[in-house]
Amino acid sequence: MSPPLLGVGEDEGHSNAMLLASLASLERMCKNGSDLKEQNYMGLSDCSSVDSSNISITSKDNSGRGLNLKATELRLGIPGSRSPERNSEPCPLNSVKLDEKLLFPLCPMKTVVTGNKRGFSDAMDGYTEGKDISTLEVNLTPLPRPSVNPNVKVGSAKEKPATQPAKMKEAMSQNAVEEIPHNKSENILNHVNRANNEKSAPATKAQVVGWPPIRQFRKSTLASASKNTEEVDGKTSGTALFVKVSMDGAPYLRKVDLKTYSAYQELSSSLEKKFSGFTINQYASHGAPSKEMLVESKLNNLLRGSEYVLTYEDKDGDWMLVGDVPWEMFINTCKRLRIMKSSDAIGLAPRAVEKMSRQKIAT
Amino acid sequence: MQVVWLSSSLALRDLQAFILHSCSMQMDPKLKKTKDSSSNSANSPDSTHSSFPFPDEVLERVLSLLHSHKDRSSVSLVCKDWYNAERWTRTKLFIGNCYSVSPEIVARRFPRIKSVTLKGKPRFSDFNLVPQYWGADVHSWLVMFAKVYPFLEELRLKRMTLSDESLKFLATSFPGFKALSLLSCDGFSTDGLKAIATHCKNLTELDIQENGIDDFGGGWLSSFSENCSSLEVLNFASLSSDVSFDALEKLVRRCKSLRILKVNKSISLDQLQQLLVHAPQLIELGTGSFQQELTPWQYEDLETAFSNCKNLQALSGLWEATSLHLPVLYAACASLTFLNLSYAALQSGELAKLVAHSPNLRRLWVLDTVGDKGLEAVGSSCPLLEELRVFPADPYELDLHHGVTEAGFLAVSHGCRKLHYVLYFCRQMTNAAVATIVLNCPDFTHFRLCIMNPGEPDYLTNEPMDEAFGAVVKTCTNLRRLAVSGLLTDLTFKYIGKYAKNLETLSVAFAGSSDRGMQCVLQGCPKLRKLEIRDSPFGNAALLSGVEKYETMRSLWMSACNVTMSACRLLAKDMPRLNVEVMRDEGSDDRQADKVYVYRSVAGPRRDAPPFVLSL
Repeated sequence: MSPPLLGVGEDEGHSNAMLLASLASLERMCKNGSDLKEQNYMGLSDCSSVDSSNISITSKDNSGRGLNLKATELRLGIPGSRSPERNSEPCPLNSVKLDEKLLFPLCPMKTVVTGNKRGFSDAMDGYTEGKDISTLEVNLTPLPRPSVNPNVKVGSAKEKPATQPAKMKEAMSQNAVEEIPHNKSENILNHVNRANNEKSAPATKAQVVGWPPIRQFRKSTLASASKNTEEVDGKTSGTALFVKVSMDGAPYLRKVDLKTYSAYQELSSSLEKKFSGFTINQYASHGAPSKEMLVESKLNNLLRGSEYVLTYEDKDGDWMLVGDVPWEMFINTCKRLRIMKSSDAIGLAPRAVEKMSRQKIAT
Repeated sequence: MQVVWLSSSLALRDLQAFILHSCSMQMDPKLKKTKDSSSNSANSPDSTHSSFPFPDEVLERVLSLLHSHKDRSSVSLVCKDWYNAERWTRTKLFIGNCYSVSPEIVARRFPRIKSVTLKGKPRFSDFNLVPQYWGADVHSWLVMFAKVYPFLEELRLKRMTLSDESLKFLATSFPGFKALSLLSCDGFSTDGLKAIATHCKNLTELDIQENGIDDFGGGWLSSFSENCSSLEVLNFASLSSDVSFDALEKLVRRCKSLRILKVNKSISLDQLQQLLVHAPQLIELGTGSFQQELTPWQYEDLETAFSNCKNLQALSGLWEATSLHLPVLYAACASLTFLNLSYAALQSGELAKLVAHSPNLRRLWVLDTVGDKGLEAVGSSCPLLEELRVFPADPYELDLHHGVTEAGFLAVSHGCRKLHYVLYFCRQMTNAAVATIVLNCPDFTHFRLCIMNPGEPDYLTNEPMDEAFGAVVKTCTNLRRLAVSGLLTDLTFKYIGKYAKNLETLSVAFAGSSDRGMQCVLQGCPKLRKLEIRDSPFGNAALLSGVEKYETMRSLWMSACNVTMSACRLLAKDMPRLNVEVMRDEGSDDRQADKVYVYRSVAGPRRDAPPFVLSL
């Protein structure tokens, strides 16, 4: 039976419902009718409590104490991941760190990577190809327990990539669907008890507060620098995409996060608010302005003369008029924005107008 | 006659003559009678007048040549006259621990202060070990300064808390205020900076470094009045939001005396070029973002601008610098003595080319992305190097293939024999390497080695790193500051106690085996002033072994060690002139003293301690 495919970008509530629905259908596989709510692999309802305990752990500078509590965290494995050495490992923390690393490359909670786990992309490919179920089920049986990685929580206070949680949710819910039936709550509790009795092994290498001794400013600067390099490398890191916005005549510039908008309309209205006292062309909401509108608005620009035009600098260093290309393409190529006086933009507009009129004549 | 040892060579000759003369006067048999009649010359004004032929003005004139606060402290202990002369002539106040003294005491003693340096929180607060709202608020000091020192000109704060209101108060209470320097401070926002820019008409220095501040935008820069042309130092490199380039350019243009300019990331390369054109006299420059697509003529203009900066000694910033744009710096590198690349993730080749053009470098800060190869290049290109700091680009990355190793450090030590200050973050080290390094460079005054994995042994022999630090303290007799790391037993501390006779600051983390270690240090290092320890197995016996020592020190910090409340209480009871403060972690045993901060004070226990700080 194929697992329900969850769409990207679903909110927590929806996925929760889907999860419960799929659980009900797989009930026959569940040997233990445990109260699944308590498990909370998605970290949904109880995420705050676990998260806060997580935070208070990291605030302790006593690494020994902190690591013990970390050892009791429940983790969720990515489907298809094998970790046969889990049973023998002294510390249960070496679970899904590889996945963490791939999914959240900026996550500070890095540990030593062990085990042959399939990469995230592999896991995702597995889903879409649909050949996952039987293989996953087979693969999952050796797993002694499911594990939830609280760091993966969607609603957590930590900064997490916007698009990734959606994918993660998909993966997580799939995992939960697969793993819950195979894992009794007893297993989890047993493991928790075992973890509590264990000494924190140095192999965990969990982050210790204030170590290495680097000032906060340097840490955050380096973190943001690595974010930038990722964007430049073209990885869909999902982090914010801040670009500078300058406006002719304004005393200072602004920065906007292009990822927070999904259409030109949103961008233009946000910029309007930021630089109040000017207007931007109203582009069609679906991203591609209708030809008629384009011609008209640009003509209006030229006529009125006091209007402003929104332009952007693309990767090649050229100044382009905003609105020509689909939104997704735009945010991938836009490096900075400039609100130009339409009188300066004369060079940009007429070509488009001419092109339109030429095309009109041609058709 | 007490002997005063002074380190200030400027005044030495004057004072030597003065002292010799005073000595000879005191030896005069005619005066001896009067001197003997009063046991202490300080108690009898008549005797002091007769034994000192010079009027107070002369004494004061001589003492005003003294600048070092250590020298001044020594001078003030000679006798009452000298104490008075010193207090009247002191214009610069240095307070290393703001709680060691109170504003009232300071106001009573020093009537004529123009410059104040105040340090607040313990150093480990830089690493989030001190909770927020711990204290070190500057406001009560500012209120006193406004009353007693209305002509205050300079304020330099480190690890203090100050609010926007305090900044506004500062800006409006001191008409002659000139210089503000804030390092690792918190509690304020750019609104406070706005107040400074607006009201301080004679501002010469605004130096904002690495503070935890709320950045509400760069509008503060535009608040400098158009008449302001006195700026000599402007450093806003650590602020994140954009400033008005127009305002900045105009400011730079009219401040002809500007010698230090450090801009933030929002300033682009072509903007930097425009600034440099107006300020070729700069001695220290902090660039903005060093990544931008430039046209060929923009590139050339930038190159020219840099080559026109003939006085450039220090260069920093260089965020996101790549091999594409680094060559514009080559012309300016020849005169550089300080190059701060700690925010530019350079590779070995890029660094090699850069240092090849910088033969006069004395100080170099880099990221460990340059690798051992980059450090080899440093060793061969910078024979005059005195200070090296290597920071980790990815501190939480455990992959051993990144960063630097002992090989890089060795390479630098081979080529740079004058090295005396090092801060080195690495993931592996050996005892043998460190021993060789200090043989090459025996003049270390500051040796801060951070092997990033706590408790990491010598990776070749698997032994503790005791012999490494033993070699350091045995060979480097001038060592003043030491930070240890790696797997260390008590032997390290025995070495330190035995050999580190000039050690003033010691930082310990995840080290030691028993109380004996800390005891050795406390009993052995005569000049120890600051001892900070975390996550080490030192307990009550260790803490109490230093009972007589702590009053000679500025402070002791112990966190996540084995100290209990009872020992802290005992210490507090026995030593009334020590402030013993304890902070407990959430959920910990009532008997455990998780964080202990002990410091000498003439001001008594803190009156502004928050509830989580227990003053014993």
